[in-house]
Amino acid sequence: MNGLRAYAVVYLVFLYAPIVLLPLFAFNDGTIIAFPLQGFTTRWFVDLFNTPALHEATLNSLIIAVSVAILSTILGLFAARAASRYSFPGKGGIIGFIMLPLVLPEVIVAISLLLVLMQLGLDTGTWSIIAGHTLICTPFAIAILQGSFANMDRSLEEASVDLGETPWSTFRLITLPLVMPGIVASLLICFTISLDEFIIAFFLSGNEPTLPVYLWGQLRFPARLPVVMALGTILVVLSVLLLVTAEMFRRRGLRRTGQKDTGGFL
Amino acid sequence: MSQKPIITLESVEKYYGDYHALRGITADIGQGEFFSLLGPSGCGKTTLLRAIAGFEDISSGRIMLSGQDMEGVPPNNRPTNMVFQSYAIFPHLSVSENVGFGLRKSGMSRDEKRRAVGEALDMVGLGEFGGRAAHALSGGQRQRVALARALILKPKVLLLDEPLSALDKKMREVMQVELIKLQREVGITFILVTHDQEEALVMSDRIAVMFEGGIAQLDDPETLYRRPKSRRVAEFIGMMNFLPAQATEGPDGGASVEVAGLGRMDLLAVQCPSGVPIGKAEVGVRPESLTLLYEGQGAEAGRAATGSVTEVVYYGDMTYYDILLDGAPRPVRVSMRNMPGRRVLDIGEAVNLAWDPQAMVLFP
Repeated sequence: MNGLRAYAVVYLVFLYAPIVLLPLFAFNDGTIIAFPLQGFTTRWFVDLFNTPALHEATLNSLIIAVSVAILSTILGLFAARAASRYSFPGKGGIIGFIMLPLVLPEVIVAISLLLVLMQLGLDTGTWSIIAGHTLICTPFAIAILQGSFANMDRSLEEASVDLGETPWSTFRLITLPLVMPGIVASLLICFTISLDEFIIAFFLSGNEPTLPVYLWGQLRFPARLPVVMALGTILVVLSVLLLVTAEMFRRRGLRRTGQKDTGGFL
Repeated sequence: MSQKPIITLESVEKYYGDYHALRGITADIGQGEFFSLLGPSGCGKTTLLRAIAGFEDISSGRIMLSGQDMEGVPPNNRPTNMVFQSYAIFPHLSVSENVGFGLRKSGMSRDEKRRAVGEALDMVGLGEFGGRAAHALSGGQRQRVALARALILKPKVLLLDEPLSALDKKMREVMQVELIKLQREVGITFILVTHDQEEALVMSDRIAVMFEGGIAQLDDPETLYRRPKSRRVAEFIGMMNFLPAQATEGPDGGASVEVAGLGRMDLLAVQCPSGVPIGKAEVGVRPESLTLLYEGQGAEAGRAATGSVTEVVYYGDMTYYDILLDGAPRPVRVSMRNMPGRRVLDIGEAVNLAWDPQAMVLFP
């Protein structure tokens, strides 16, 4: 029993200690990442705001993440609705293929995408990262939205039509509000995944780096390390906030429809 | 059915690929009638209900609703409303919003709508519940909300798809009585789909018993129970004993039969729904139509039989006995009301049993 408790403590320390170090050194007044700490400063954060290349990378990442979130969620919406409402030949295989990138090593996806682009003689850039990220985010969107559709009783839509609504107004009044929490959760999760994805972005970014790629580049300059720490701190806070928001929406959706909680992210 | 028909079904057929889901359904359903579609699962009763509602196309035939052919008319334009098996209460709306959902396109003012919703909720005894969230309701309450929501549009026909199957036994019995009362009050034609024969017998003016997509018998509950037209219907509705018999033609189109364990009897033509089979036949009799004779009781001459008890099942108000009649190949089930001073018999006891030829039905 005591052994298990010790194991759990060690496990948690291993998991979170590095993340705690991040803000620690981000506010540390010294360029060397080592103890003892040198005193409190916010100048690394000020530095962040005075680096135009970083702003470009951030803007790039945001454009990509927003596009990917929207694209993946729309694609996921179609696939999830089809998978949960209709049966068609080869359904299991098709859905399996769509979900495959979930387990495929990203480096393989990245290399094959790069090869295809080069064979086609196309330039890499923002759009190719969007395509790659959409590929890996769509399975997440489907998984989330399939849950939303599966939780929804089919006769709800029929009841609405039976009470005089057209199929379109039924979608607007019944279907959309009931899967909306799933849509929001999917948007947020795809956004987060895309925002801190590195491998695909690294292979396909060309000369327009995303934030993680830019960060990786900065690691070569020891003097820039505290700035990277500061940025990392902001990213961690942002990611956690997004995930919590997504989970809140998912739970609110369940509560509103009076369903039982059967899992989730947090 | 005395009133003019509100629904006319003419040779309705439905195929799902090769599967023949509805076979030549022809029936008239009267204005204000409580009509039930009864059958085992997979018999097509729900398909027929959904075809009337407009959720299923039919392959051939016609469905007429108050004189209008419903071909190509979508569910939102049919004068029918449905109570779904799951009730399909919109979980993101309040009770009032659920009930008032169908009034969105009615052109009523806000006050008129509020009044209509209030009246509908009062009608189902949920006057206080308007502001509640839909998912905070019990099964019985959800059922009532579904009823109010469907009835607020004053449909010509209310379709009910196994509406009581999700409720526990007590609640089901309460709702059965309430539904009958409600139907009398509003005077709307109700079509109920159920697999529960008791429910159908209790509630309906007429019942269509369906097997494999076709109507096997369409009659009022008493005729259905007393004079089933086939062995299958007889077995589905309540319990029936079947005794081997030898039949010959009797007077006035009736039959004269020699029944194993009971003896000779004459049956009227109405007791022979599928004609008089000459030779080997079977006679059906309900458990409550056979009577065990206690000490001091006698039967009419030629209407008594002897046997022994092989099984006793005690139900509180009733006791079911399996009696092996002398000369019969297998036991018959007899139900007796438990009355004060009447002892429950033991297995192995010898008994006398009285029968009445009027209670018999002859099957080939």
